[in-house]
Amino acid sequence: MKRRIYLDHAATTPLDKRVLKEMEPFFSERLGNAGSLHSFGQEAREAVEKAREDIAKAINAGQEEIYFTSGGTESDNIALQGVMKANREKGKGLVTSAFEHHAVLHTAQHLEKKGFDVNFLPVTKEGFVELSEVEKALHKETVLVSIMHANNEIGTVQPVKEIGEMCRERGVLFHSDAVQTVGKEKIDVQKMGIDLLSASAHKFYGPKGVGFLYKRAGVKAEPIAFGGGHEKGLRSGTENTPGIVGMASALKLAVKEMAEDNARERKLRNKLIDGCLEIKDGWLNGAREPRLACNAALGFDFVEGESMVLMLSDKGIAASTGSACSTKSLEPSHVLRAIGLPHVKCHGSLRFTLGRNTSAKDIDYVLQELPKIVQRLRKISPLGGK
Amino acid sequence: MYSEKIFKEFRHPKNIGEIKNPDGVGKVGNPVCGDVMHIYIKVGKNKKGEEIIKNVRFRTFGCIVAIANSSLLTKMVKGKSLKDAEKITKKDLIKGLGKMPPIKYHCSILALDALRKAIQDYKNKKGKAVK
Ligand SMILES: Cc1ncc(COP(=O)(O)O)c(C=O)c1O
Ligand code: FES
Repeated sequence: MKRRIYLDHAATTPLDKRVLKEMEPFFSERLGNAGSLHSFGQEAREAVEKAREDIAKAINAGQEEIYFTSGGTESDNIALQGVMKANREKGKGLVTSAFEHHAVLHTAQHLEKKGFDVNFLPVTKEGFVELSEVEKALHKETVLVSIMHANNEIGTVQPVKEIGEMCRERGVLFHSDAVQTVGKEKIDVQKMGIDLLSASAHKFYGPKGVGFLYKRAGVKAEPIAFGGGHEKGLRSGTENTPGIVGMASALKLAVKEMAEDNARERKLRNKLIDGCLEIKDGWLNGAREPRLACNAALGFDFVEGESMVLMLSDKGIAASTGSACSTKSLEPSHVLRAIGLPHVKCHGSLRFTLGRNTSAKDIDYVLQELPKIVQRLRKISPLGGK
Repeated sequence: MYSEKIFKEFRHPKNIGEIKNPDGVGKVGNPVCGDVMHIYIKVGKNKKGEEIIKNVRFRTFGCIVAIANSSLLTKMVKGKSLKDAEKITKKDLIKGLGKMPPIKYHCSILALDALRKAIQDYKNKKGKAVK
């Protein structure tokens, strides 16, 4: 079969085989509904609560502070909508950044339409939210600050600890969309001053369609969907037992192997970036560090991302133009616009995200094929000197 | 997402490049998607004495559909009379390429605009030469 190299781990990761094994019994043998009283139900409940405990430990939270959801999008929605609606008596102020994932950005825009007062902070050219900007935006009626831990397109890691400490001092709640960092960067919600945190299992070699929200005890939040009152009334719906078991198992492995995985990926990633920067008129989006070990967000003048992605795909290499959603819109990525990249350069962006199985050989192969592709497309392009 | 025809046209595009001393040039861009297209034509005459597009080439900075469109359109008009070339519509191009998301229809319009501009450019130049 043709060689296939997957370099789109920021979009999703493969389920770890060890995790699959742990999940398997919960699909049919151990079928119980965790809400049922009989032994089948109790077995499921036990598994769900054990998973909750493991996940809480991984981020230094209390077990009762973990709420299972269907993934990052739902966690972000509960965090933003749920907290803003439940804290109306304090005020209407929400502070977030211009380069959040759409799960936060569109939710914030929705809240703005509904009468909340939302502030979208600018980010630096290097791809960071500045502490001083957050501070300037805070006012008496600010309820919540929501800043992502690492950006999904350009991989830059935000000064979340500093922002968390400041929010705490000012008596403002702090949410962080950590979908790209849980299992990849150390997270300690106590030390980092985080009140709410979103995570999604499929980004750390767990199953798709399951995630969690950490909500500090005592933080008020309303549910956004109603039903049987599961998850202490915050998120109704029968627990996804195999998914939850898989998520906990995946997170335990990811935390255990984090240092090793990151060191390996960072080395390969740097080799990839350096190789790509040797291509004429190529550049890196965002600062090189602090950046997720897996992320190489590149750009090439005079060529267009979609064309590069397809030509790479023809060579068996899976990359992305930025976020997986951008194929549906003509507008260039809001992340790249936010870091001040000119319109025409946004179109030349190409993102590789490495994973556990990425090898040095894979990177060599990319570095052998990519320059040829860029060159071919530049021959077609009217831009740039010929 | 895209039809096989679009992929095929994109993978094996024809008529790439520029024409030295072209008779007409059409340069267009779409401000939203940022795509840019240049079409160059050389005009000649057929046996009936009609003006025809003797040669045509393009350069495109744009999405897959934009490149596929450029290639298809240049193939369609090569050898055609100017009159017939001007009659090609967006529908003809979209039909020629097959399924695509409606958001991509403007890529065909972009190609047609570039061609029409090139023909107009030729006519303008000719008009001036006569004067
Ligand atoms: C930063 C960030 N937030 C939220 C999400 C949404 O997560 P999910 O796909 O689990 O809904 C993603 C992934 O696409 C992401 O990268
Ligand atoms: S997206 Fe604009 S020309 Fe194709």
